[in-house]
Amino acid sequence: MSAPGVPREVRDAIADLLAEYALRLDEDRLEEWIDLFDADCSYKVVTRENVEQGLPNILIWCANKDMIRDRVDSYRNVNEYNLHWDRHVIGAPRIRAGDSGAWQVEASYSLFQTDLEGVSRLFSVGRYQASVLVTDGLARLRELVAVADTGSIPTLLATPV
Amino acid sequence: MPQALKIDWPRNDYSRVPFRLYHDPSVYALEMERVFRGPVWNYLALEAELPNPGDYRTTWIGDSPVVVTRAQDGTIHAFVNRCAHRGAQIVRRTHGNAAELVCIYHRWCYNLQGELIGIPFRRGLKGEGGMPADFDLKTAGPRHLTVANFHGVLFGTFSADTEPLEQYLGEFGTGMIERFMHKPVRVLGYSRQMVNGNWKLYAENLRDTYHASLLHEFFVTYGVDRATQRGGVKMDARHRHNMNHAYAATDTQEEARAAYAGQAGVALDRMRLRDASLLKYVPEFADGMNLAAPTIFPNMLLIQINNTLATRQIRPKAVDSFEIFQTVFGYVDDDEEMTRHRLLLANLVGPAGFVSMEDGEAIEIIQKATRPETTASAVFEMGGRGPLTDLAHRVTETPIRGFWSYWSELMGVEPEGAIR
Repeated sequence: MSAPGVPREVRDAIADLLAEYALRLDEDRLEEWIDLFDADCSYKVVTRENVEQGLPNILIWCANKDMIRDRVDSYRNVNEYNLHWDRHVIGAPRIRAGDSGAWQVEASYSLFQTDLEGVSRLFSVGRYQASVLVTDGLARLRELVAVADTGSIPTLLATPV
Repeated sequence: MPQALKIDWPRNDYSRVPFRLYHDPSVYALEMERVFRGPVWNYLALEAELPNPGDYRTTWIGDSPVVVTRAQDGTIHAFVNRCAHRGAQIVRRTHGNAAELVCIYHRWCYNLQGELIGIPFRRGLKGEGGMPADFDLKTAGPRHLTVANFHGVLFGTFSADTEPLEQYLGEFGTGMIERFMHKPVRVLGYSRQMVNGNWKLYAENLRDTYHASLLHEFFVTYGVDRATQRGGVKMDARHRHNMNHAYAATDTQEEARAAYAGQAGVALDRMRLRDASLLKYVPEFADGMNLAAPTIFPNMLLIQINNTLATRQIRPKAVDSFEIFQTVFGYVDDDEEMTRHRLLLANLVGPAGFVSMEDGEAIEIIQKATRPETTASAVFEMGGRGPLTDLAHRVTETPIRGFWSYWSELMGVEPEGAIR
C-alpha cells in the first residue's frame, strides 16, 4: 500500500532507481552509477555517530556531479584500495513528497564486501536519505546521503556506499 | 606479568626489524604495560570536547578503557573506565554530561574526579549484610591518570616517572601544538577506521615520509604534496616524535616531472580534477607550511593538509588490530564558508580520504604476508644506516628507526651497542 499522495508510477520509478543503484555499484559500473544522478546533485557519506551529535564531519562529500566524477576517476586511476566485490542489499523505500517537486526517499542498506578469495564480511549498514526527481517515469538522484551506522570503517572506504 | 622478552636484533641501528614484533602476543602484552602505561604522555582528547562541567568522553590508552571528565570546579580528570567492584565499564556512552557516574551492575557511584563515593547497601539492611566496616572507598577507586593540558590538547600518563609534559614534547612538539592550537578550536566531528594490523605498523606509517608520495599517488598526481617540494623530517632529541612537513609551492612541475619520471605506477599530469576545490589552500599559518604532520609518541598525530586539520589517536585493540580515531577540527572564528571549505577538504583525510585510504590496505597486506615469519626482518635503510639525524628532505625512513630505538628503550630490549 503506497503512502497517500505517492503515485504508483513514482513508487515504481524510485524502486527501479534503487535497484539500478545497487546493481551498477555491485557490477563495478561506477561510471554508469554516476548517470543515476541529476546534473545538479550531491553525494555524501556520513556516520550516525556524528549526525547524532550534530557534527558536520564527512567521510565522503561530493558537492556536485564533477566531484562525483573526480572520485570515480581517482578510484580508477590513482587510489589503491582493498580488492573486493561489493554487494548492496537495499530495503523497501519510504517515500514522501518533498519540496520543489522532489521526493524524499529513505531506505536501509546493507553493504557486504567479498575479497578475491571469496571471503565475505558485512562492510557497512545504514540508511540512505535521498532527494529524487521523477520525470516521465524516470527517477534521478538530486541528493543522496548515506548515514552509516557502521562508523567504524573496516580497513578503508573506497568504492561508493 | 609478561615474561622477559628476548629479541634478536640483526643490527643495532634498527635498520632491520624482525617481523615477529608485529605478531607476538607477548610483545603486545608487554607494550601495553611498558609503553602505553609506561613513562609516556598519551594523547587523550581535546579540551574543546569537554566544554562544560559534568562533560565526559571515553577514550583508550593502549587497550585500557579510559574516561575523561570535567568536574564541577572545571578541572579535567582521567581514570580507567572500569568499576572498582567487578570490573564493569562505568561509562557506556561515548560521551555525555552527568553529575556523577554510576555503574549499572550494582550501582557503585563515582564522582567526576573518578573517586568512589557510594556503594548501595554498604551498611547492609536492618543490621544485616553490607560491606566490612574497614572497606575503604578512598583506596578502592579506579586507577587514575595524571592529566596535563597543553594549549587545549589533553595528555595523560599512568606512570609516576614520566618527565614533565613540555620536556617530553620537546621544542618542536610544543611548537607544533601551539601552531595548531593558536586559537580556540571547534570540533567538526570524528571518523574511525578499524585496521587488521599491528598498531606499530601505523606508528611507522606516520613516520614514513618515503611512502607518502608513492603510495598516496593522489598527492603527486594532483600536486598536493611531492617529494620535490621543500620540506623534511624533524625529530625530538630522543627520536621518539617526528614531523613530516612541506612548504607550499616550492617546486615546479618540471622538477617534479623529472624526479618521478619512470617510477612505476606514478604519473603526473595524467589527469586533472574537474572541480579543484579540494586542492585549494587558504594560507592560514605564518610559517608557510601546507603539510604538517607531527607525530607524538606513542599514540598521537596532528595533521594539516592544506586547510584540513585533525588529530589522530592510535587505539590498539589486539596484536593484529587497531583503530584510527580521528578528530577533525576548525577554529571557533571560522565563518560558514571556511567551515564548508574545511569539510570539503576532509575528503582528503580519514578512512575514505584521497590521500589516506591506502594506509589501511598497506598495513593489512603486511600483516597478512608476514604472519608466518619467525626470523625474517623488515628493511629500513632509505636515508641511510647508523646515527639518527634530522633531514632536509623526505626520502628517508630514519624516523621509523627513531621510533624503534625509543620503543626498545621503554621495552628494555635494546640490542648491544644500540643507537639512540
